[in-house]
Amino acid sequence: MGEYFTLFMGAVIVNNFVLTRFLGLCIFFGVSKNLNASVGMGMAVTSVMTLSSILAWAVYNYVLHPYNLTFLTTIVFVVLIASFVQLLEMIIKKHAPALYNMWGIYLVLIATNCIVLGVPLLNAESHFSFLKSVVHAIGSGVGFALAIILMASLREKLQYADVPKSLQGLGIAFILAGMLALSFFGFSGMIPL
Amino acid sequence: MNNPNQSLWEIFYKGLFEQNPIFRLALSLCPALAVTSTVVNALAMGLSVLFVITANNVVVSLFRHWVNPKVRVPVFITSIATIVTVVQLVLEAYFPELFKALSIYLALIVVFAIILARAEVFAAKNTVVPSFFDGFGMGAGFAGAMVLIGVIRELFGAGTIFGFQVFSDAYNPVLIMILPPGGFILIGVMIAGINLFGEYQEKNRAAKAKAGATPALQGSEA
Repeated sequence: MGEYFTLFMGAVIVNNFVLTRFLGLCIFFGVSKNLNASVGMGMAVTSVMTLSSILAWAVYNYVLHPYNLTFLTTIVFVVLIASFVQLLEMIIKKHAPALYNMWGIYLVLIATNCIVLGVPLLNAESHFSFLKSVVHAIGSGVGFALAIILMASLREKLQYADVPKSLQGLGIAFILAGMLALSFFGFSGMIPL
Repeated sequence: MNNPNQSLWEIFYKGLFEQNPIFRLALSLCPALAVTSTVVNALAMGLSVLFVITANNVVVSLFRHWVNPKVRVPVFITSIATIVTVVQLVLEAYFPELFKALSIYLALIVVFAIILARAEVFAAKNTVVPSFFDGFGMGAGFAGAMVLIGVIRELFGAGTIFGFQVFSDAYNPVLIMILPPGGFILIGVMIAGINLFGEYQEKNRAAKAKAGATPALQGSEA
């Protein structure tokens, strides 16, 4: 149990995917201008990542690994995840239009994304068990949501600040992310890796 | 869509500065930044991306007439993933330490927005030779920016470049530069610097236009 808790907290805080591994930066900077959108994005990424990790785990452990096809991991995972997200989008559109109106746009954005692809790849690389893969995926998703929500709150405050013209936009956003990453670094001694 | 008179050099050159994939377009600033803490890793990553984007542009432009527009994105992604796998296998065979250092970031080249964007915007509409130079220019701009970031981070963070000591022992390394937060802050400052330079150029140009100077002559001086 303790092992899973460590893995989860590690993925959320200590090895936060956005702030210490630079994964998912495109959506992190793109969406964090708006708090509501960030909450939606965080939830969408968490659920898609968990589901695609389960799928990828099954394919890796029942197809790629037994048949010595691990060199195809990159190709298979990309195609698998992109088509899975498309399928998910269609299903939600058909059966839960309200949910689709809320989340549909985020699904399109994350079909091929570094963080959604990165977590299954890491799981495969570290040969995680099924349960560990799921815990790791949920932790990474929660970590992403935490980072993007914090960032969005900061950026909303930033609109009232007088930022020099050349720093406006992406420049100040990067520096802000650096500060956020720095404060997350305070956690790094918390869990032995 | 592209101006036919545009020379190959111009196609190549625009990727280096004017549309530099890291600083200008902010595309694909994704995970590549994680490996810029040393120059060697940054260079390896930059060259890998350079190869993938060039090869993919060539492949896409060769097959552009046979790909149904409806399925073009999956086809492009599969093509990119295949080329990335080739790079992974080559690095794993000949440079195992580099392969280990770049770990999953190498596989993540597949989802770099810049590569798919170049395939969509340029290679799918142009012949092989311009596509090659477009990819090469974009890739070179990307690699150059990566190396620049790598040099700054390694120099100040460890006092070395390519592992050779540059600063004397008395230099106390600024550890934050090679840690992730330093990477974020450095990129932010660099983006601001480039914006500042752009503003300065703009102002100069406006001043010259106002003064009624001959732009052709002045342009060659700059």
